[in-house]
Amino acid sequence: SLTINAHVMAQQCQAIVIYTGWERHALVGSDIRLSCSFFSWRWTSEEVTFSWTYRPDGSRDSISIFHYTGGEAYLDNKGPFKDRLEFVGNPGRRDGSILIKNLDFNDNGTFTCDAKNPPDIVGRPSSVRLLVFEKVPIQAGVITGAIIGVVLGLLVLVVVIYYLMRFLVARRVFSLNVRSVSGPAALCRWAFRQGLELRPEPIPGTDTCVAKLA
Amino acid sequence: MLFILLGVLLLHLVILILLIVSTAASAWSVGGNKSKDLWFDCLTTSGTYQCKHASNEEWIQAVQALMILSCIFCFCALIAFLYQLFRMVKGGQFFFTAIFQILASVFVMCGAIIYTVMRPDDATITHFGYAYVLAWVAFPLCLISGLIYIVLRKTE
Repeated sequence: SLTINAHVMAQQCQAIVIYTGWERHALVGSDIRLSCSFFSWRWTSEEVTFSWTYRPDGSRDSISIFHYTGGEAYLDNKGPFKDRLEFVGNPGRRDGSILIKNLDFNDNGTFTCDAKNPPDIVGRPSSVRLLVFEKVPIQAGVITGAIIGVVLGLLVLVVVIYYLMRFLVARRVFSLNVRSVSGPAALCRWAFRQGLELRPEPIPGTDTCVAKLA
Repeated sequence: MLFILLGVLLLHLVILILLIVSTAASAWSVGGNKSKDLWFDCLTTSGTYQCKHASNEEWIQAVQALMILSCIFCFCALIAFLYQLFRMVKGGQFFFTAIFQILASVFVMCGAIIYTVMRPDDATITHFGYAYVLAWVAFPLCLISGLIYIVLRKTE
């Protein structure tokens, strides 16, 4: 009996686990990719199947809109998603995602993905809820905070620039302490040619001359 | 001189109080026992308030931002006025105070105009509330106060 119990438990561990999103938001007229993947202890078999079903909001019936089996993808050709579905998954990589184009308000609802990986077929399908908006609703306070931040930022910037200009203008006087081979008078003549307004003569007894910005 | 100074300061304080009340009170539109904007949409029924948040639309958020900015700038003008009063040289102008006060009045005007234009038609709302009226009263007072600060010079 011990071996039988281990065999039963091993089978329960091998349940397939399916992953989709929880909720998806999209704008009217846009496209949305609904992703579906699974985890299974077994290698991906060649008879892996994916199927998507759709249940509109407020309805109790679901219809099948997509089925992948035997290496072929079968898309909805009669229902509400006729000519709007595209298979963008990779079954070899355990990805059964579909792409729905040109969304409308009638597409609000729950999409359920069911994947089977024979012999691993025991699993729970996973659902993703689709919400279609006319425009993305903006959160309270985002624009308020942005406007306040920008205006106060500009104010701080203006004040900083004002004080910076005052500081730079105040620093008009600077002195050159140089030892020149040709002598201080030549240096002052050079500085004068550079456009710096000078005192009439260098400070006597020193090697310095003072240059002041014009 | 002292009376002029006290009068100007009193006017400034009154404007600041008007702006704060207008910004904080959620009574820009009223109708029956319903009072809404800028922050809450409240229904008063026999002693109880049922409030929900005001809508998230962009124009309401812009009005909120402009009213808050006008309060901030009016307050900064007050601080600048007190600072320049005690630290400025004789004969100087209240430059920063005037700038802040005039900017505050511009913000109040913009906020009140945006609210007036963008208010949705609602059957339950009959007229504008007191907070809206206070905003429109604060705007010319703030402008006049700013202009006074332009011509005011520190003597004595």
